[in-house]
Amino acid sequence: MTLLNKTTAELQSLLHNKEITIKELTEETFARVAKTDDKVQAFISTNEEKALERAEQLDNEPVENRGPLFGLPVGIKDNIVTKGITTTSASRMLEDFIPVYDATVVEKLNQAGMVSIGKLNLDEFAMGSTTETSAFKTTCNPWNLDHVPGGSSGGSAAAVAAGEVPFALGTDTGGSIRQPAAFCGVVGMKPTYGRVSRYGLIALASSLDQIGPITRTVEDNALLLQAIAGHDEKDSSSSSKEVPNYIEHLTGDIRGIKIGVPKEYMGVGVGEDAKNAVLEALKVLESLGAEWEEVSLPHTTYALPAYYYISSAEASSNLSRYDGVHFGYRSEDAKSLDEIYRKSRAESFGRDVKRRILLGTYALSAGHYEEYYKKAQKARMLVAQDFANVFSKYDVIISSAAPTTAYKIDGEPDDIVTKYMGDILTTPINLAGVPAISVPCGFSNGLPLGLQIIGNHFDEATIYKVAHAYEQATDFHKRTPAIWEEK
Amino acid sequence: MTKVTKEELLAVADRAMLALTDEEADLFTEDLATFIGYADKLNELDLENVVPMTHALQQINVMREDVERDVLDRDEMLRSVKEHQNGEIKVPTILS
Amino acid sequence: MNFETIIGLEVHVELKTNTKIFSSAPSHFGAEPNKNIHVTDLAYPGVMPVLNKSVVDFGMKAAMALNCDIADVMHFDRKHYFYPDNPKAYQISQEDRPIGVGGWVEIEVDGKKKKIRLNRIHLEEDAGKLTHTEHGYSLVDLNRQGTPLIEIVSEADIRSADEAYAFLEKLKAIIEYTGVSDCRMEEGSLRCDANISLRPVGQKEFGTKTELKNLNSFNFVRRGIIKEVERQEKILLSGGVIEQETRRYDESTGDTVLMRIKGSADDYRFINDPDLPEIHIDEDWKARIRAEIPELPDARKDRYMNELGLPAYDAMVLTLTKEMSDFYEATVEAGADPKLASNWLMGEVSAYLNAEQKELAETKLTPEGLTSMIKLIEDGTISSKIAKKVFKELIEKGGIADDIVKAKGLVQISDEGTLRKMVAETLEANPQSIVDYKDGKGRALGFLVGQIMKASKGQANPQLVNKILLEEIEKH
Repeated sequence: MTLLNKTTAELQSLLHNKEITIKELTEETFARVAKTDDKVQAFISTNEEKALERAEQLDNEPVENRGPLFGLPVGIKDNIVTKGITTTSASRMLEDFIPVYDATVVEKLNQAGMVSIGKLNLDEFAMGSTTETSAFKTTCNPWNLDHVPGGSSGGSAAAVAAGEVPFALGTDTGGSIRQPAAFCGVVGMKPTYGRVSRYGLIALASSLDQIGPITRTVEDNALLLQAIAGHDEKDSSSSSKEVPNYIEHLTGDIRGIKIGVPKEYMGVGVGEDAKNAVLEALKVLESLGAEWEEVSLPHTTYALPAYYYISSAEASSNLSRYDGVHFGYRSEDAKSLDEIYRKSRAESFGRDVKRRILLGTYALSAGHYEEYYKKAQKARMLVAQDFANVFSKYDVIISSAAPTTAYKIDGEPDDIVTKYMGDILTTPINLAGVPAISVPCGFSNGLPLGLQIIGNHFDEATIYKVAHAYEQATDFHKRTPAIWEEK
Repeated sequence: MTKVTKEELLAVADRAMLALTDEEADLFTEDLATFIGYADKLNELDLENVVPMTHALQQINVMREDVERDVLDRDEMLRSVKEHQNGEIKVPTILS
Repeated sequence: MNFETIIGLEVHVELKTNTKIFSSAPSHFGAEPNKNIHVTDLAYPGVMPVLNKSVVDFGMKAAMALNCDIADVMHFDRKHYFYPDNPKAYQISQEDRPIGVGGWVEIEVDGKKKKIRLNRIHLEEDAGKLTHTEHGYSLVDLNRQGTPLIEIVSEADIRSADEAYAFLEKLKAIIEYTGVSDCRMEEGSLRCDANISLRPVGQKEFGTKTELKNLNSFNFVRRGIIKEVERQEKILLSGGVIEQETRRYDESTGDTVLMRIKGSADDYRFINDPDLPEIHIDEDWKARIRAEIPELPDARKDRYMNELGLPAYDAMVLTLTKEMSDFYEATVEAGADPKLASNWLMGEVSAYLNAEQKELAETKLTPEGLTSMIKLIEDGTISSKIAKKVFKELIEKGGIADDIVKAKGLVQISDEGTLRKMVAETLEANPQSIVDYKDGKGRALGFLVGQIMKASKGQANPQLVNKILLEEIEKH
């Protein structure tokens, strides 16, 4: 029996009626990973023994106590720490690092009864948008193995798209969930900043980072966010606002929903195929009773420079702890303390990590702070106010999740400004701290396109409602890459 | 457009504790210059009366009670340490 | 050329909360290496700081006691530097918006009162401890990492080593009274750095300053400043210039030694810590903390002078530590004469504590014990000489003086008949002393009194012995 095409509800019903066991489901998942991951390379590590042991334990739990995700497999981006399981952040620096504690989201997945299959590839320390900067492997896009899956949560999006796992956690600092979800034709949500605990997330930029779910359907996505959202006393930046029941909002009824479409997001740099897919999607939404208008987010062009200063500055600060002294890589031929620092960091960080650390260190240095960092924080305020203005009149904002479809492997532009331009549609959302989802909305040359639906702070429910209605009215989420059929 | 010299870049690398090869130094000097040029865009904005946004979410007074818990086991800690002695982490003495 | 000395002090005080400022590991002194640690202290990937509420309370209390304005809004900043005792490679501190600004400490040197202004007080975390071995490596213990500190930064108002000493003494007293720290320099719970510069008398601009570290006692602060002032004076007089540098006081040689020249390495790249939300302190919170501040040393000192009639010097010495002052109050409360109680505490008690290197609380002496002894002296039951024996017993074994005197039979002999008999026996045994006394050798009388006291095992009432002795000598 193949469980690959089953929905979550179908799987739960099979488990409930004891037609399959959690152990069998877990075994099939690993068989699937064994077959597919040679090509896709989504996982940095898997933990079959532990997973099967856990599956067996879960099988003993009474059926009545089980929630909607109980017994289901999940993959975890490898910048989220897992107790006793190597957590690398795709860096040589942490190649052998075994955490002594679980991230709060991992604890929550455990409480929900999920079975962790393994750790998923990413750009080193989540710095990148192709997953090519991983120190260990290049993940391929399941729709076309010559293309990247996007990044930095490329492993998570690819694993879900390739049918290896139905659920994965990603992290998003400037688009790292939404862009790979778009590139891989799956559903990826970056929740409101503070909605999900960051405790145990290896920080890139602390004021921007969020953990979020990547799944095949909107409903699955809502279920996974439901499981991981909420206040955590270990993360002072997590919100104590109540978490609504997201599933209740998946009514299909979006009559009267007001959509703003920012003209700045439909402009230069955004491909025609992406723009057309958005316009087509708006037609679908209109047919469902929603209304849309063009709006303006006037400070959009300032978002990218502001984002790069803020994220690099915070990254340079967060990554200073990797110094070869208390844990992590220590250079073999370092003779003095100074050499331990300089050589350990030089030998174990990749080029993109070094580049960001240098940019960030520069931006925070005496004499530059006011000129760059502080200015960037002020520009951030203006970007956030743009969103507040639009959300005072509209329920959601819609755009493409990425300017193009997935790049070819090794085909990303070398020049950093062009490279960073790819993030133009996603970074403003992180600056403002608002939530946004990417849902499949079409294909161009066989590669998926993603629709970005942005909501007001803590209004993931409305995003899910709109995304779900759209999904049910289209069939993009039902298409699967050829790799699913391969033997 | 280049406002950054290699010496400046090396001074930044020094602060960031990164040993760079000559080739890397050249590459990053160029990157830094590009990056700075790109960010000049922010100078178009009138930021005089804008408050810097330091946090994505305005929360205040998040604190914990002064109660001991979750003490880390020393042996568990030492497992991640490359060199240690009598429960302490060993590092070369600072040679300056 | 004459120079004026300009000194500013930076004082770090560890707050004695149960747990660390940003982690829930215990923060007490003296545990085995790396036993008081938490994943947050190690800066493991993914950990986050959570602020300990008591640290804000304690810091606020200290700042209020030092007359600071308390911030309505404060936040924390990251200060970056690489060092093995600093696992995050940044210290969480307060740069922009500290908990307290302004404030002052009043000192008195050579009878002159002076207010030393404070620039600010901020909260921060302590670093771990680094022990250097002689074998080319160092050992890192992170027990102290994350211990809450307040840093008190004075204005450059201090003009001499003596003023610096008085400032520290007063600062320590005030903070200790608030109960937020033990202020033990020997355990490192109070540490001091001094910024020192000289300028020609009459000049307005400050000269180049040096920072002096490793001042591990108040006396070293005083000596270190004197030495550093001498060094700078010598350089300036010979036409040299002072380098902006960090120096260390060497306890063994008593000299200051160069540690490093300040330079671009001191770029701390401060950023507002995104992991820690702002703290807003409202009037209710302030009022609650203010209500917890006990009477402070200056107020007590005034009260001792005005209400108990103590001389200024006594009042100052007794209020230096809260422990001594509380003990004194309890003694007076128990009925002891205020001046006698003061004499004993400043005299015998302090001498004993110094000699034994003990704290008052480590002895068996109680205010009731001391009071009972003072009363026995006052009513003539025991002599001051006997009192010293009784005191030793009280401070080492505890109890009440009356019981000791009774048990050891130490009651003063004041019976005239008994004393006259003892005097007569002594005179009989020492005829030469009578002759000497009559020849005008006053010393002979002292010798005779001594003999009588010895014979009575110190219990004879000395005033009566004197009187009777003179009467008996007259008869010879």
